[in-house]
Amino acid sequence: MTETTSQPIPSQPKRSLFQQLELDVRLLGMIGAFVILCIGFNILTDGRFLSPRNLFNLTIQTVSVAIMATGMVFVIVMRHIDLSVGGILAVSSAVMALVQTKFLPTYLGLGFDNPLTWVIAIAIGLSVGTLIGAFQGWLIGYQSVPAFIVTLGGFLIWRNYGWLFTSGQTIGPLDKNFLVLGGVSGTMGEATSWAIGIVAVAVSLWALTTSRRGRIQHGFPAKPAWAEGVVMGLVTCAILGFVWILNSYDVPTRKLERIFEAKGEVMPEGLEVGYGLPISVLILIVTAIVMTLVARRTRLGRYIFATGGNPDAAELSGINTRLLTVKVFAIMGFLCALSAVVASARLQNHTNDIGTLDELRVIAAAVIGGTALAGGAGTIYGAILGALVMQSLQSGMAMVGVDAPLQNIVVGSVLVLAVWLDIQYRKRMGAKL
Amino acid sequence: MKFLSGISLAAVVAMAGSAAFAADLTVGVSWSNFQEERWKTDEAAIKGALEAGGADYISADAQSSSSKQLSDIENLIAQGVDVLIVLAQDTQAIGPAIQAAADEGIPVIAYDRLIEDSRAFYLTFDNVEVGRMQARAVFEALPAGNYVMIKGSPTDPNADFLRGGQQEIIQAGIDSGDIKIVAEAYTDGWLPANAQRNMEQILTANDNKVDAVIASNDGTAGGVVAALTAQGMEGLPVSGQDGDHAALNRVALGTQTVSVWKDARDLGKTAGEVAVALAGGAALADVAGSADWTSPAGTSMTSMFLAPVPVTAANLSVVVDAGWISKDKLCQGVTNGPAPCN
Repeated sequence: MTETTSQPIPSQPKRSLFQQLELDVRLLGMIGAFVILCIGFNILTDGRFLSPRNLFNLTIQTVSVAIMATGMVFVIVMRHIDLSVGGILAVSSAVMALVQTKFLPTYLGLGFDNPLTWVIAIAIGLSVGTLIGAFQGWLIGYQSVPAFIVTLGGFLIWRNYGWLFTSGQTIGPLDKNFLVLGGVSGTMGEATSWAIGIVAVAVSLWALTTSRRGRIQHGFPAKPAWAEGVVMGLVTCAILGFVWILNSYDVPTRKLERIFEAKGEVMPEGLEVGYGLPISVLILIVTAIVMTLVARRTRLGRYIFATGGNPDAAELSGINTRLLTVKVFAIMGFLCALSAVVASARLQNHTNDIGTLDELRVIAAAVIGGTALAGGAGTIYGAILGALVMQSLQSGMAMVGVDAPLQNIVVGSVLVLAVWLDIQYRKRMGAKL
Repeated sequence: MKFLSGISLAAVVAMAGSAAFAADLTVGVSWSNFQEERWKTDEAAIKGALEAGGADYISADAQSSSSKQLSDIENLIAQGVDVLIVLAQDTQAIGPAIQAAADEGIPVIAYDRLIEDSRAFYLTFDNVEVGRMQARAVFEALPAGNYVMIKGSPTDPNADFLRGGQQEIIQAGIDSGDIKIVAEAYTDGWLPANAQRNMEQILTANDNKVDAVIASNDGTAGGVVAALTAQGMEGLPVSGQDGDHAALNRVALGTQTVSVWKDARDLGKTAGEVAVALAGGAALADVAGSADWTSPAGTSMTSMFLAPVPVTAANLSVVVDAGWISKDKLCQGVTNGPAPCN
């Protein structure tokens, strides 16, 4: 983990502003770079890049890769790699599409758009993903086949099972209730989004307060009250600002008209409705919180980071690293299937090429986000930020009109540069790589 | 991290000159895979027509990914385009993007590939007619024997239009027993390598007892001719389309019978003109030359079909005269061939 560990020295020397705030300097660096990037694109596109509409698009476009990147952090921290995530995504998506368009409506006679369909389809899809992940984990953990090889095989195998099941056909349109999970077709509306934002602010303020109280009770050094206040203010602004941006992107008038027409009503003149928080983004946020809690607050998480830091020591101290490997890959498989839900719902169809090359985007996101390939270090929020940086680069360059080959050249260079900068930073800080 | 955004921005700034935002009308083009050579020709023609109509051109390349194409179109809409020209990667998965455009009141031209949506304006060459021309040329070369059908990509609706047109011509021969279809295969992604592999397997399975091949485009025809050549069977009647330079050379050499030529410059120019008309506020049905048409899936659409030209040994000069290919390139390795290579 990369937080600056607070030294238990009684007389603390004078500390800098950042140290007093106890904010992660690397996180700040990344956010800073991201902000510069956004402002740069915004200038080049005459203010279109930072319009609510484009920011709304960006968050939706990032979700699928970001969900998988959170799992990839665990895999890479364990000193493994997973090249099969795009393949698992494709086969889970294929299974879910077939279940909801062929199996349930026709063979089980549930009919189309039955309220049960999407639940069953997702449950089956998530099981498929988890089982595939667990199986790969078993091969890696118990049979000692290197993860690179197992998942390279998986890269070739799983996607083509999807192809086999669907005969390469595009399957769709998918179940109506399922589509809600994809983004634009499923948003929470302005009021609910504000409510969620306020609850989120309340919960995070409560979490910050209890953690401070805990520190003081156990005699750990706590940051000064003013610093705590600044952090709380920043968190509040970030959450509410995010909700505000998503709320200020209005549903296009024609779409509203159609919604009213479908209900048999006439649209009031000059009505404006904001999209609000997309459900897919909410799924990502929940995933991020759960994964962060697993990483920091559970035994599973501590074992993962301990094993990644030093596998031999972890095994000698009684951690069942083999079972741990199975669990980590099962989590990865589960997240791939979850990502498949979002990706196929967004396309409103299952396509044979869904998730192609996602493995590389996911690994790049995790790595740009500060996950060390040497194992033992990495953060969930970093990986999500990494995914966001990559998507912003791509979408920003497309907006500016950069040629396709140059776009890939820039993204590739950013990947290498980010890791290089990270290594330089760690060297300065004297941390082990 | 700060240097790096500086560097990427420098690259971005370097490219920014190509994008202009000055004119009133902007037309956005979403390509499915710009890596393929032929779309460069289309792009030049579209650009030319837009320039003449006083509209700006912006574009995005989906790099063969239907998810990226959806993001691309969202981005183009966010940039404020007035009309979208879409070469769809996947005819169904493009749906949400068309929905988004319709919500903003932006007309969509389905360029060359069908989009199953009544709000799109379908502009293409008459693909059923292309299929008929392919079959007709092969049928004229050999009216009886064992035929192999090498079809296009299973995700591209054009593949089935072509196959339908081919069937119309050879149906009589099949009924009378003169023609026997010994094998039929889709070519995933239209890839020549896949067509070659399929053809090799068909030749093996039939002990090389194949007399003619109706291939659906020049790429697949290339794969077929490679497979035939490996068995020393080059020279069988083989069809194709697109007027690829390599294919025209094969027609001159006599290893391919016909390449149905759809002049991409016509298509691109028409697309540009239609886009300008639609941007000016014309309704889909008001565009000159448009007609109502019902897709095989039952979607009724406004469409416009251009007529293709079958290029055979008899009329090879046509492509040279049109400046599509140089005589040297066409006649490379040909001695005593058909005009103009004699």
